[in-house]
Amino acid sequence: MSDSVEPILELRGIQKFFDGRQVLKDINLVVAPGETVVILGPSGCGKSTLLRTIIGEETPDSGHVYLWGEDACCASPARLDRLRQRFGILFQSGALYSSMTVGENVALPLREHTDLDDDIIRMVIKMKLELVGLRDFENLMPNQISGGMRKRVGLARAIARDPEILFYDEPTSGLDPIATSVIDQLIIDLGAKLGVTSIVVTHDMKSALHIGDRIAMLYGGEFIAVGRPDEFRHPRDERVRQFVEGLADGPIPLRVSKTDYLDDLLGAEVEPGG
Amino acid sequence: MSHASWVRLLERVGAQGEGLVAYLGGLGYLALDTVRHTLTGVFARPRIKTDETFFQMVRLGVRAVPIIALVQLFVGMTLAFTLAPVLEMYGQLDQLATVVAKAIFPQLGPLIAAVVLTGFAGAAIAAELGTMVVGEEVAALRTSAIHPIRFLVVPRVIACVIMTVALAVLANIVGTAGGGLVAYLILDIDPYHYYHTAVESLLVKDVVTGLAKSGIFGLIIVMVSCYEGLNVSGGAGGVGRATTASVVRAIFLIITANCAFTALFYFIW
Ligand SMILES: Nc1ncnc2c1ncn2[C@@H]1O[C@H](COP(=O)(O)OP(=O)(O)O)[C@@H](O)[C@H]1O
Ligand SMILES: [Mg+2]
Repeated sequence: MSDSVEPILELRGIQKFFDGRQVLKDINLVVAPGETVVILGPSGCGKSTLLRTIIGEETPDSGHVYLWGEDACCASPARLDRLRQRFGILFQSGALYSSMTVGENVALPLREHTDLDDDIIRMVIKMKLELVGLRDFENLMPNQISGGMRKRVGLARAIARDPEILFYDEPTSGLDPIATSVIDQLIIDLGAKLGVTSIVVTHDMKSALHIGDRIAMLYGGEFIAVGRPDEFRHPRDERVRQFVEGLADGPIPLRVSKTDYLDDLLGAEVEPGG
Repeated sequence: MSHASWVRLLERVGAQGEGLVAYLGGLGYLALDTVRHTLTGVFARPRIKTDETFFQMVRLGVRAVPIIALVQLFVGMTLAFTLAPVLEMYGQLDQLATVVAKAIFPQLGPLIAAVVLTGFAGAAIAAELGTMVVGEEVAALRTSAIHPIRFLVVPRVIACVIMTVALAVLANIVGTAGGGLVAYLILDIDPYHYYHTAVESLLVKDVVTGLAKSGIFGLIIVMVSCYEGLNVSGGAGGVGRATTASVVRAIFLIITANCAFTALFYFIW
């Protein structure tokens, strides 16, 4: 990545607290147009929170998010809406509109933001659903399809307006291996053929190595490693290595509670964090 | 009481008051935002979603027609049974229609219709919007630059206000007719006489203030339930709590507003 390219997304010193608990400590990242960056990390480390901060659903307690060079955190609602029209988001749950059919879900961004004819919209719906392999499900309601299918419809909806940046929150978790490959390939194709910039949050190591131009590992509220996928195959950092190789023993504990297990069980008085 | 406990009591009252002010402030803010989006939708693009508004009118209002008609019928009948002996005491039984209509048109019709609709429409709106919040649907709307207030709240507000007023009209008529039913079947009052007495006794004020209030009740129902629904947190349990809260709070606010506006109309009209 040469320095002359204007970054499409830049995160500077982002911090986020929930009820006094710090979830994001100091997040810095620069993403060039067309790049696919995978944000990797164990469950609960703040990946979704980071994503929600980037898309303006959470305000960072400090730090800035720059989209196309514009500070999204300070943008007026109208400006923010203009920025949001240029990106697509796949939520972790799919977040389909439960009162609309699959087809209407995909059509909504087009109906709301464009003057396209109904015929054209119907064609776009079919095309986008075909991309995620669900063309035949257009007329079903979200509660009539499985969780993995909902996620794929969410993806079809996210790409309905051909966004410049796509944010994916765990696009392949809960999918079967074949659907996972389809989605991974779709993410790669969108980047390679259409030049879409992708930010992919996942804890699926295999997907990450496959699709990422760069991988950033989030742990303890910071990126502890950022680099190309091959740098992640044989990482030097013990924490990264544990995650990549999926080891139970290592510096990353399964338990995140700070109180002593025995004290907790026996009901002893313990200071939180003591 | 010791000094410290007084302070604590005051603190608790203060905190409650602060909570109430914050709640009403939040409601007011939502209402203002809704007005802004409604006006924008009338005069400019993006337009108000008329299809969605009609759909909501049917869903929230039309389906409540049978239950409200039935409830009002019983209310009117109950009034007739209650008031007939009193009127008879004064030899004024032929004026039954007057008291029934005077009780229903400005008060019981709009009020009871609104209370029933709170359970019907208010609960439905709070549960629906709450579920949408929990399922990240509202976040998905917002982040695709579709404003949830324009998209979700405005159609429901228009639909709910129109339907509350329309149902109050229905309630007034059916309620008064319920009294007439008792008058005809039990008290041997000529239905034609009952009808004429009712129409003659009613003033414009009775009808207009009743319907004006019911517009306000409709606004209370829909604003409270949208506010509760959009502010849900904590999963399915949160949706349940919001639904209950929206019904309880809306009914409380409706009855309070009814008292306030009745007093106001007493003095100015
Ligand atoms: N709205 C919230 N209020 C309080 N805590 C939250 C909220 N959202 C997330 N958290 C906490 O922040 C941490 C990170 O959550 P999340 O970003 O969902 O993790 P991930 O997506 O990496 O699994 C978790 O410990 C979670 O409990
Ligand atoms: Mg997550």
